[in-house]
Amino acid sequence: MSAVSTEFGIAAPAIRAGYWSGVRRRLARDRVSIVCAAILLAIVLAAIFAPYLGLADPYLGSMIRRLKPIGTPGYPLGTDELGRDMLSRLIYGGRLSLLIGLTPVALAFVIGGMLGILAGYVGGLVNQCIMRTADIFYAFPSVLLAIAISGALGAGIVNSLLSLTIVFIPPILRIAESVTTSVRTLDFVDAARSSGASAFTIIRVHILGNVLGPIFVYATSLISVCMILGAGLSFLGLGTKPPEPEWGLMLNTLRTAIYINPGVAALPGAMIFIVSIAFNLLSDGLRSALDVRG
Amino acid sequence: MFAAEFLEPAEDVGGPAQPLLEARRLTKHFIRGSRLFAGKRAVVRAVDDVSFSIVKGEVLSVVGESGCGKSTLARLLIGLIEPNRGEIIFDGELVREALTLRVLRRRVQMVFQDSYASLNPRITIEETIAFGPKVNGAGNATACKIARDLLAKVGLEPNDFAGRYPHELSGGQRQRVNIARALALAPRLVILDEAVSALDKSVEAQVLNLLADLREQLGLTYLFISHDLDVVSFFSDRVMVMYLGEIVEIGTAYALFQETRHPYTQALLAAMPSSDPERRTAKPPITGDPPSPIAPPSGCRFHPRCAYAEAVCSVKAPQLGPIAAGHAVACHMAQAGSGHSRAGQPLQRQSLNA
Amino acid sequence: MLDAAGAKDAVTVLVDVRDLYVRFTGERTVYALNGVNLSVAQGEVLGLIGESGSGKSVTLRALMRLLPEHKSQLKGSIAVAGRNVLALGPKALRELRGPVVSMVFQEPMLALDPVYTIGQQIAETVVAHEGISHWAARKRAVEMLEHVRIPSARQRLDAYPHELSGGMRQRAMIALALCCRPKVLLADEPTTALDATVQIQILVLLRELQRELGMAVIFVTHNIAAAAEICDRVSVMYAGRIVETGEVSQIVKTPLHPYTGGLLACSVHKGHRKGRLQSIPGSPPRLDQIIQGCAFAPRCSHAKPACRSGEIPMVQLSDWQAARCILVSERTLPRTH
Repeated sequence: MSAVSTEFGIAAPAIRAGYWSGVRRRLARDRVSIVCAAILLAIVLAAIFAPYLGLADPYLGSMIRRLKPIGTPGYPLGTDELGRDMLSRLIYGGRLSLLIGLTPVALAFVIGGMLGILAGYVGGLVNQCIMRTADIFYAFPSVLLAIAISGALGAGIVNSLLSLTIVFIPPILRIAESVTTSVRTLDFVDAARSSGASAFTIIRVHILGNVLGPIFVYATSLISVCMILGAGLSFLGLGTKPPEPEWGLMLNTLRTAIYINPGVAALPGAMIFIVSIAFNLLSDGLRSALDVRG
Repeated sequence: MFAAEFLEPAEDVGGPAQPLLEARRLTKHFIRGSRLFAGKRAVVRAVDDVSFSIVKGEVLSVVGESGCGKSTLARLLIGLIEPNRGEIIFDGELVREALTLRVLRRRVQMVFQDSYASLNPRITIEETIAFGPKVNGAGNATACKIARDLLAKVGLEPNDFAGRYPHELSGGQRQRVNIARALALAPRLVILDEAVSALDKSVEAQVLNLLADLREQLGLTYLFISHDLDVVSFFSDRVMVMYLGEIVEIGTAYALFQETRHPYTQALLAAMPSSDPERRTAKPPITGDPPSPIAPPSGCRFHPRCAYAEAVCSVKAPQLGPIAAGHAVACHMAQAGSGHSRAGQPLQRQSLNA
Repeated sequence: MLDAAGAKDAVTVLVDVRDLYVRFTGERTVYALNGVNLSVAQGEVLGLIGESGSGKSVTLRALMRLLPEHKSQLKGSIAVAGRNVLALGPKALRELRGPVVSMVFQEPMLALDPVYTIGQQIAETVVAHEGISHWAARKRAVEMLEHVRIPSARQRLDAYPHELSGGMRQRAMIALALCCRPKVLLADEPTTALDATVQIQILVLLRELQRELGMAVIFVTHNIAAAAEICDRVSVMYAGRIVETGEVSQIVKTPLHPYTGGLLACSVHKGHRKGRLQSIPGSPPRLDQIIQGCAFAPRCSHAKPACRSGEIPMVQLSDWQAARCILVSERTLPRTH
């Protein structure tokens, strides 16, 4: 490895750059990532500031105006099976859907990351215990596991958040452990140990900076999966309950309308699709930006 | 005030006659594979019953090829690994008993081989060097001052280099940072694990000169691990040759290079490429690769590759025994009455040139 | 080959590189090669000596067009066995690599595919280039392994790279490189990563194989002693240029260029004990811009103002030695010993 870069005769470069500023620069140059980030930002901001956007009441239905098509005056994206404005329900629905998509991954990142780094650094029996426990959960297909835990805990948003967090801890834990193990064998960690530092200090100063990048990238690639699983749970009646707007639930309730007004019935699915793709592409871009040495 | 305290090495306890470090019967075996589901476990006998001592102020070199155990030995001496058996005595105090590991860390430090893995790529080199003092109680300001002083000492201008990252340095500069990091806790013994092996020749010369200067200025003792015999003969006072986890020969540099008694040492010397195009090596001194330390041969571990091997060599393992003042060899040929037909005779000079 | 009087026979020149410039683009611009000229005749071993950043590995890779296509720009002419390498299309390039020119790398673990046995890798190469049957290719693989002195060659055919020791792996890689009987062998530091006793075995092996097969060999190394073991002629590279070229015994005994002299002076000589090592002050130049004048001038104790501007030509001192230094015609540098 060192043969490749020293072959270019590095002596004293003009731009002094740390690793993270280099990452920021590369990301800023990646147009795909910028576009995706912009789209996601727009959706998130719209969801947060929904009450101030002058939208129709998402809960107010009208039996006369059911399943109006896209482009109806006054209802830009049509109405659902109970006559509620789709645009408003989609934007308000973003609140719950994004919450259900992001929170479990964030929690799993913290919990799984910590456990994984611990297992990777300490090794031995502790590592075996943690990893084999994670393996037990990992052995179940994520959908079934989510359904099983949700079903056991009961329906509702908090329970589905909990079950999704449990589903995503093992994969993040695995990645964290694997990356930590590979960093731990490097010479500079040995040098840190030989200066008498405690395990905690070594992890904080030397391990974290080298390990958080890959774990974070992996976690962001799980967001889309989490959104779809969350939508799936709502679809099955295990997550959000009507009349709350949430994209997965909306897919369920609009199921029967697919022959009458397929455009409107597909809209919640389209939102899930757009947000998932955007997160995936952003995660890809992040991985490329983090990947370059120095 | 704190800075001065940190840059002072620990006091000499035993006086000049006492060895700075004494290793007694050090043994370290690794078990390959999982411990849980063990059928026939492979045991890697990395370091096997090794005893030697390091004199205060000297440069003792350790020479050997892959699998000889020199890196494991280095890590044992610095306390990164615990030996299965044996003791380490630092300036008269038993390590892990009278001398805690924490204190040992202030006495013995290591310079690693240059590679991207020797420095944390995410922190500046000032932070790298200041880490040791900070961990041992120095305040932020003190630790940074120590780091800057050391950067100047190793020939890197602090204002220019303190804020740089490892990828912005050349190989030679990285090695200087490695040396500065090792000196940050003011050790008395510095272990140099192939510290100059990965460097270009001109840079290697610069770093070796720096190491010689630092040794004089700071009163250091070096354990110099290397595979380059030319550098070893130039730099060391005494030399120790290891093979498959054991010491096969140890003595002054002069004795080892001019009065070689072990066939392996002789082969190592003969294996150096001749820099004279008119006298090229016609035949390699030994064939085959260095064997793996998992299942070492019976008796003398070198006997399968030894040109002088006889029946006794595969049966009985020779002990490391003195043959002259300060020169010890583990070979049946060196010990009279060992059962070897050439016992007591010095080695012939092998002629391998075209 | 050279006869006793030192004059060359009229043999085929198999590698002819003229005015080769290589520039790497991308995040950083690097002027890796700045006008390289070299030639290797059939049956001759040329050593390329240099330190990191000198461009020796880049030169080798350029000969086989192994440099990354998008990031590298090549200018000049490269002729290997009569073929203009820079103008070859993909199919012709595939036919060049293997039967005509082949390479041995520094790290066999990285160059051999870990999921195929070495027998499979050698056989696959032979079948791809010569179209013979798989059974015949396997037979050739055994021959090659025996040729490189791997014991129990037949059993080793079915070994994976990780099951072999370092020296065996390197021999396997040499067997792989030679299996299609190339005319030119490029060796990129093949012994640097090996233990001392194995290194000398591989050097002797390469020398014997080269004599048997009559190949032209370019041997890249930073170790002058290794070059002395195996090479007939040697070219010293610095900052992407060749600064001295000549017969290996001439270079080692009477180097002309100050850089070569400095390199030889700072290696530890046998019997040299204690004291200070001579070293070359400073460090190699950055290659992110074109250097005016002599690239070594900032570090050279003999530098004159004339050294820092203009193009420094290669001065041919005799039939067998040339150096890129304007001071050469005035005096030679004795080897400091």
